[in-house]
Amino acid sequence: MSKVLVIAEHDGSSLNPSTAKCVACASELPDAEVHVAIFSDHGEEVAAQAAQLESVNKVLQIDRAENKHPLAAILAPQVVALAGKYSHLFGPSTTFGKDLMARIAALLKVNQLSDIMSVEGANRFKRPVYAGNAILTVETPPDKPVVATVRTASYQAAESGNNAPVENIEIAAELPRHTRFLELKTGKSDRPDLQTATTVVSGGRALGGSENFDIIYKLADVLGAAVGASRAAVDAGYVPNEMQVGQTGKIIAPDLYIAVGISGAIQHLTGIKDAGTIVAINKDEDAPIFEVADIGLVGDLFKLVPELTEALAT
Amino acid sequence: MKKILVGLKRVVDFNVRVRVRPDGSGVDTDGVKMSINPFDEIALEEALRIKERGEATEIVAVSIGSSEAQQQLRTGLAMGADRAILVETDGPLDQLSVAGIFLALVNKEKPDLVLLGKQAIDNDNNQTGQMLAALWDRPQATFASKLVLNGSSATVTREVDAGLEVIEVDLPAVVTTDLRLNEPRYVKLPDIMKAKKKPLEHIKVAELDVAVSQELKDLSYEPPPQRSKGVIVEDVAALVSALKAKGLA
Repeated sequence: MSKVLVIAEHDGSSLNPSTAKCVACASELPDAEVHVAIFSDHGEEVAAQAAQLESVNKVLQIDRAENKHPLAAILAPQVVALAGKYSHLFGPSTTFGKDLMARIAALLKVNQLSDIMSVEGANRFKRPVYAGNAILTVETPPDKPVVATVRTASYQAAESGNNAPVENIEIAAELPRHTRFLELKTGKSDRPDLQTATTVVSGGRALGGSENFDIIYKLADVLGAAVGASRAAVDAGYVPNEMQVGQTGKIIAPDLYIAVGISGAIQHLTGIKDAGTIVAINKDEDAPIFEVADIGLVGDLFKLVPELTEALAT
Repeated sequence: MKKILVGLKRVVDFNVRVRVRPDGSGVDTDGVKMSINPFDEIALEEALRIKERGEATEIVAVSIGSSEAQQQLRTGLAMGADRAILVETDGPLDQLSVAGIFLALVNKEKPDLVLLGKQAIDNDNNQTGQMLAALWDRPQATFASKLVLNGSSATVTREVDAGLEVIEVDLPAVVTTDLRLNEPRYVKLPDIMKAKKKPLEHIKVAELDVAVSQELKDLSYEPPPQRSKGVIVEDVAALVSALKAKGLA
């Protein structure tokens, strides 16, 4: 039997959708019992959301003032205090999960498995390496807990409709004071979240400036889409870093992905290869993006994108 | 701040299109260009800038791997590291062992700051910094896009999914680098000549008191499923109908 603890990612009030994807992955383990841990200062709201996820057997709510912000150095010793009962400890392969799970693994003196894309058995998994240019099948030692991150783009979020019990847990672990949260700067917007949106429109360097991203936003608006960008566009300062799609940015799997003025560097393609349909608009017909695009349109984006926006709006 | 330890991993160059061997035993590395892991190069550049600002006195570059990794250490010395240590291993090691070796070096060298790349572009693990920080019982600041030293602490801006998170960590600490921290300098020929005279120490893993293993078994490699090439449409109207046909518009 597999007993899995999923470490929830949340912002204090909402459960991040990456958690439901981790639960989906965890439920594929043989004979899985899935618990979700909410570390927060006041976790009731998030715990209630986690309790609704299908396949969750129990939610653990660990409230401590120190848990207000998700610092790996603070959370890891608390997870370790809970770890004894579990065969598997999962977190999302987001910046939150990557930061935390490796610290947990080292405290437990075990290795960590990164980016699970498929479960082949209780101790056998597939994961991408070399920027997704190879898929590796890995076996973990059966006598040690499996600490892993789950590649969220490989999983559909677990459905809601469950009503799992929530248990309040007190953990007496002593927590370090050497790491302190100062602030989070976020470009809050009303747009759909890039990582979970069903449609994403991304702009590349060919946009030529941040003001020109306007046409991308307008197209996204008529589609109800999230907006992303290539690394080149982020590096050029057109848009902030959290919009970067690709191997070193966000790895996404929307139903529809529209790449505008993006040539299609390998590291960008790595971030979108699980998309349902890829549309590319680019003036260079030899751009690598057309090798993976389901539908390509060659031409001047400054003419084509407003035209497309208008056609879709009517 | 006195000493900075920087990790430099030897990896397949990021421009190389990696191919899986037909027998699934790994990827083809015969005759392939090898380089410093790009994130590690950023880590070294950051260390150099800290030293150039007068906030550090010595930069030690470390690599763990085959004897060939001395090429990457020489490049690091040419960039400006003061000395280098190569920990020679006989075969692949798992990430916990690598972190354990770093810890042994940290205990020996007593750096005030360890700068590592956030991930290596071969196994894409993104673990070593976090594991070292855990074993060392010190702070970690991963995915750094800005690093400011203030005496006994550091303020680090981290590129997280929600935006930019700013944290403060006491030193010594482990910081892992993201792409936008800096742009590494190019190495000049005279510096390559000078680097040949800089000290490069070889240590065998057995000389360090560290248990090493390869606990995660790599069973087989396979190429990723390929997306098939699609169609090119003539105009926006054709694109809209294609999207409508798929139920996407």
